[in-house]
Amino acid sequence: MFITRRAEFSASHVCAQPTLSLAQNKQLYGAAANPNGHGHNYILEVTLEGEPDPVTGMIFDLKTLKEVIQQTVIDPMDHRFLNYEVPPFDKIIPTTENVAAEIWRRLEPRLQGGLARLRNVRLYETEDLYVDYAGIETGEDR
Amino acid sequence: MMRVTRRYRFAASHRLHSGAFTEDQNGHLYGKCSNPYGHGHDYVLEVSAMGPVNATSGHVVHIPALDGLVAEQVLADFDHRYLNADLTEFKALVPTSENIIRVIEDRLAARWRDVFPGEWPRLEGIRLRETKRNSFELKP
Repeated sequence: MFITRRAEFSASHVCAQPTLSLAQNKQLYGAAANPNGHGHNYILEVTLEGEPDPVTGMIFDLKTLKEVIQQTVIDPMDHRFLNYEVPPFDKIIPTTENVAAEIWRRLEPRLQGGLARLRNVRLYETEDLYVDYAGIETGEDR
Repeated sequence: MMRVTRRYRFAASHRLHSGAFTEDQNGHLYGKCSNPYGHGHDYVLEVSAMGPVNATSGHVVHIPALDGLVAEQVLADFDHRYLNADLTEFKALVPTSENIIRVIEDRLAARWRDVFPGEWPRLEGIRLRETKRNSFELKP
């Protein structure tokens, strides 16, 4: 069974590679490369997979899940400029893909040990663009 | 490996009616969707691309390239059109959402490798929402 918890945070970012010119970055990232940044209302959906505990009837304590999301993602990222205030985005471009992978890395160690496991992180940058990450790394991934 | 999904919209009309059936049979099978002058929907199309995150760009897929492909192969022909009359694919094919999503897959697949010449990203899935109550998904 899957259980999904939704959370929101608002943050600004800029997508640009330091080795490229502004024109090159604009070609690659469009308006997202504008040097002073811009913001989004990100929507995060965290999905756990597991079987309900026969005694509690729960896959995972949702209060705990809410707290883990709050502590690892919302508190550090909400109302922040990701590039300047949230490592590792001082070194890694905070594209939706990279933010989703970072959220996975922050959540996964905090959700181990019980009956449930982290199954998917979905991050909406806008209503019309979202990323699903299930933690599967490949050679080209970091 | 990561999946990136982009959402698009188009408004189109269609009529569900097959020459293989009598008028009564069409009415029985398709109901009001078979009314003679057609009717329309605000379709929502989701296109998913799968691939590794490029370590330099931080992206799985170059979104403007995907937008361009969908605009050229789908939206230009589907948006604000009567599918039965305006698209050659539906001259002999009933434009149910099942058939529409197949046609969209064919059109995207036909140009995918021109736009994305490498091994990745791959077309991972297409979802089509006809109304808030009906949606369809195709995994190529």
